[in-house]
Amino acid sequence: MAKQRVMVVGGGLAGLAATMKLAELGVAVDLMSLVPVKRSHSVCAQGGINAVNDQTRQLGDNEWKHLDDTVYGGDFLQHQPLVHEMTLWGPKVIDLMDRLGVRFNRTSEGFIDRRRFGGTLYKRTAFAGATTGQQLLYALDEQVRRWEVDGLVTKYEYWDFLGPILDEQGVCRGCVAQDLMSMEIRSFAADAVIVATGGCGLIYGRSTMSTVCTGSAASRCFQAGAKYANAEFIQVHPTAIPGADKLRLMSESARGEGGRVWVPRKPQDPRDPNQIPEADRYYFLEQRYPTYGNLVPRDIATREIFNVCVHEGLSVETDRQCVYLDLTHIDRRELDRKLGGILEIYEKFQGVDPRDVPMKIFPAVHYSMGGLWVDYERKADGRLVAGSPKNQVTNIPGLYAIGECDYQYHGANRLGANSLLSCIFSGLFVAPGVKSWLGTVPGGAAAEQPAKLFSDAHAAQKSRQDAIFKRPTSHDNPYDLHFNLGNVMTKAATVVRYNNNLREALQVVSDLAERANRASVVDRGDWTNQNVVFAKAFEDMLPVAKSILLGALQRDECRGAHFKPDFAPPGIDATEPAEKRRQAEAWCDKFEANNRQWLKTTVATCSPDGDPVLTYEAVDTTLVPPRPRLYGLVGAEAIEEVWKERARKKNQTPPPDSVVASM
Amino acid sequence: MTASHQSPADAPRTFDVRVLRQDGPGGASYWERHRVPYEHDMNVISVLQRIAAQSRSVEGDEVAPVAWECCCLEEVCGSCTMLVNGKVRQACTALVDRLLVDEPEGIELRPMGKFPVVRDLVVERQRMFRALEKVRAWIDVDGYYDAGPGPRQSPEDQEVAYPLSQCMSCGCCLEACPQYTKVELTRDPGESDADFQARQDQTYDSAFVGAHAISQAVLFNSHPTGTYNAGKRLDALTQEGGIQICGNAQNCVAVCPKEIPLTTSIAKAGRQTTWHQLKKWFDQ
Repeated sequence: MAKQRVMVVGGGLAGLAATMKLAELGVAVDLMSLVPVKRSHSVCAQGGINAVNDQTRQLGDNEWKHLDDTVYGGDFLQHQPLVHEMTLWGPKVIDLMDRLGVRFNRTSEGFIDRRRFGGTLYKRTAFAGATTGQQLLYALDEQVRRWEVDGLVTKYEYWDFLGPILDEQGVCRGCVAQDLMSMEIRSFAADAVIVATGGCGLIYGRSTMSTVCTGSAASRCFQAGAKYANAEFIQVHPTAIPGADKLRLMSESARGEGGRVWVPRKPQDPRDPNQIPEADRYYFLEQRYPTYGNLVPRDIATREIFNVCVHEGLSVETDRQCVYLDLTHIDRRELDRKLGGILEIYEKFQGVDPRDVPMKIFPAVHYSMGGLWVDYERKADGRLVAGSPKNQVTNIPGLYAIGECDYQYHGANRLGANSLLSCIFSGLFVAPGVKSWLGTVPGGAAAEQPAKLFSDAHAAQKSRQDAIFKRPTSHDNPYDLHFNLGNVMTKAATVVRYNNNLREALQVVSDLAERANRASVVDRGDWTNQNVVFAKAFEDMLPVAKSILLGALQRDECRGAHFKPDFAPPGIDATEPAEKRRQAEAWCDKFEANNRQWLKTTVATCSPDGDPVLTYEAVDTTLVPPRPRLYGLVGAEAIEEVWKERARKKNQTPPPDSVVASM
Repeated sequence: MTASHQSPADAPRTFDVRVLRQDGPGGASYWERHRVPYEHDMNVISVLQRIAAQSRSVEGDEVAPVAWECCCLEEVCGSCTMLVNGKVRQACTALVDRLLVDEPEGIELRPMGKFPVVRDLVVERQRMFRALEKVRAWIDVDGYYDAGPGPRQSPEDQEVAYPLSQCMSCGCCLEACPQYTKVELTRDPGESDADFQARQDQTYDSAFVGAHAISQAVLFNSHPTGTYNAGKRLDALTQEGGIQICGNAQNCVAVCPKEIPLTTSIAKAGRQTTWHQLKKWFDQ
């Protein structure tokens, strides 16, 4: 049999981790990326990476609690064995990255320093200044370079993945891609293809994501028959710096290091923020969530900031929405040591030193919890079967997805500093499973498949591009249409969602899809034609955009980042004990009924016309029984009491004490 | 630092952008002028986005969008290096308000001059990554299986190393360096991918490695495990195209967007290579 090769698409944390692990296992890898892999979007991750550690352990922490925080924060929409495995690997992943030379911040004794992130009460987060993603990515990039020198890895940088190649049995045998310089379209034979192409923030126009995060690679798999799950779960990060071209992230670590969010009590108080006395400041997160304070999970912080600006009219400025994120009470040297990178970003783009003046921030689209549907193989004890070819495989045999572009690990809402862990974990974990797949792949090596399979796939992509070039000149161009898409998506499917808006947005996006099919490109050349590359990427945003909207429209409930006021369960307001009890019982009944209907993965398949068709799948919640997420809800104690009684009757293990105590 | 909102006293309705374009490698370059509607808080990236959407020059001719590279837009990926009003920098942090204060006539954009132009503002910087291979800028770990934590490190060592590890391979230091000269190869007719790659690597290896790679060698030599292979890195730095080419112009440190102490690294590398050479000489 010809030598087998694996194609990894995307060179962020997940793709690089998979590449180096496959190389260590002796598998030859082709690594494809739109940009030199060192420039991948993972560099933008700032705050850190979570794992249980020696110090938190002695305070009562363990991997089970990391699992519990993650699934509770994610509103129980994750398949728990995957999260369990990830949290068990957490400490080992940090050790590995430490050995690879990541310059994590250190304690005075030389251990890795930790800080606290949202949705937990433990300091689990290891960090390298405020550029942790960059530092982790560089360490993996360096290892992959080492394998490149050894000849086991071949890079294809500045190549655009155009789609997987499937044989008649529906097995993935490679992919088609395009050289962004020469515009050559080429078919690559591969015995497995691993897609690690990140999120789809560009569907929203401006977000915290990099310009390459169009989601087009995942969409091309989706359109080729891969399922796409939980599309409607898009994380809106509470704190970003508004900008004309991008909404730049202001890391959660700013709050982890003591940053406080506030607005003046007097609407649009014209005073210099430093002159506003404590009594005139409204620290709304600390007041409403005394236990977690400024470190409530992201979906909650985002809704509160949105609410205080939009509904309570307390935005700091009159003509745009923003609140203060204040670090000015923290020692400058401490800030430089732990947050230098992000403070420089604020300073460079806003021209104001955040060590002296409170920052102005507002929520922005940040992370796609949803993504390509992937499988896994679990054991009875709730762990995964290491080396199973089912781990991280899409519904297309031989096509794998890892990192942000899969739908696993984060459920309905991701906790801060869990993404770097999930990306590196899924990258490392997929490798032995892919190697197993190579040993059992039916019908011989990819390179030995009929030439027609590859030439047909090539011809299909060539004719797609030719058709775009042949369109008559139209007054629509893909850049303007993209601007429209960003507006409609941001309005309908971010922090607060209403069915009539979602319905309208679906109509608008369908219209945009029709216009996109007629939009012409100015550049019809065959050298570094960014115009046609973007036109294709834009067209491919639309099926995912429709999946987000349709998923949100159909899901008539509130879960994590998906919030519909029309379906939000009210708190309980009775004070009389019996009535309070009755209301709490009714609340819990409703909660259980809602879970029976909606504690489900949304699974989209793409019809030939680009419209998604949705079905729903059960979620594996066998490790931590779902319970109400009660952060800050009125009447939470009464509901919790009833809930615990019910759990005891069902013989469920109660949630870990420290987490209960915090609510 | 000037605030982005400190716009020129009377903000213009439009401003002009002159772009030095080139249709492909080795082709002739030409200037093209674009007129862009002024908005608050623009940077050079949003200017290029407007130019792409307009696709028309000042003269009203329909023109292909200007090609350029960008990715993170927050100066942490190293993609968007170009010459803005003659100065090498990241386009994303080049704020229009500030540029117009300094140069009310408009903005001038040119590709980097030390790397071959691919198209317009896009250049080929593969040589930078080849230099990282040459100096073995990585830790030679045994493997990726669990082997416990890495070596303990003092916070002081971390604080010295961390700035060096922020190098994003943007190439500003090389553009500014008088000793770093352009290497541009064209593929011979019939030359295979692999043959061309090998010839290119060989040519790059004999030319100056540059400040970024010297600094990375120093970074890895300072790591408790990395130091085991310090000798190999120093050997690389004393080969053809090594540290001896540095003319100490100190331009590199002045233009580094991450303010990496490149000249300190070069001085350290100089001392390390001297000792290394002496040691090798005495050990003979």
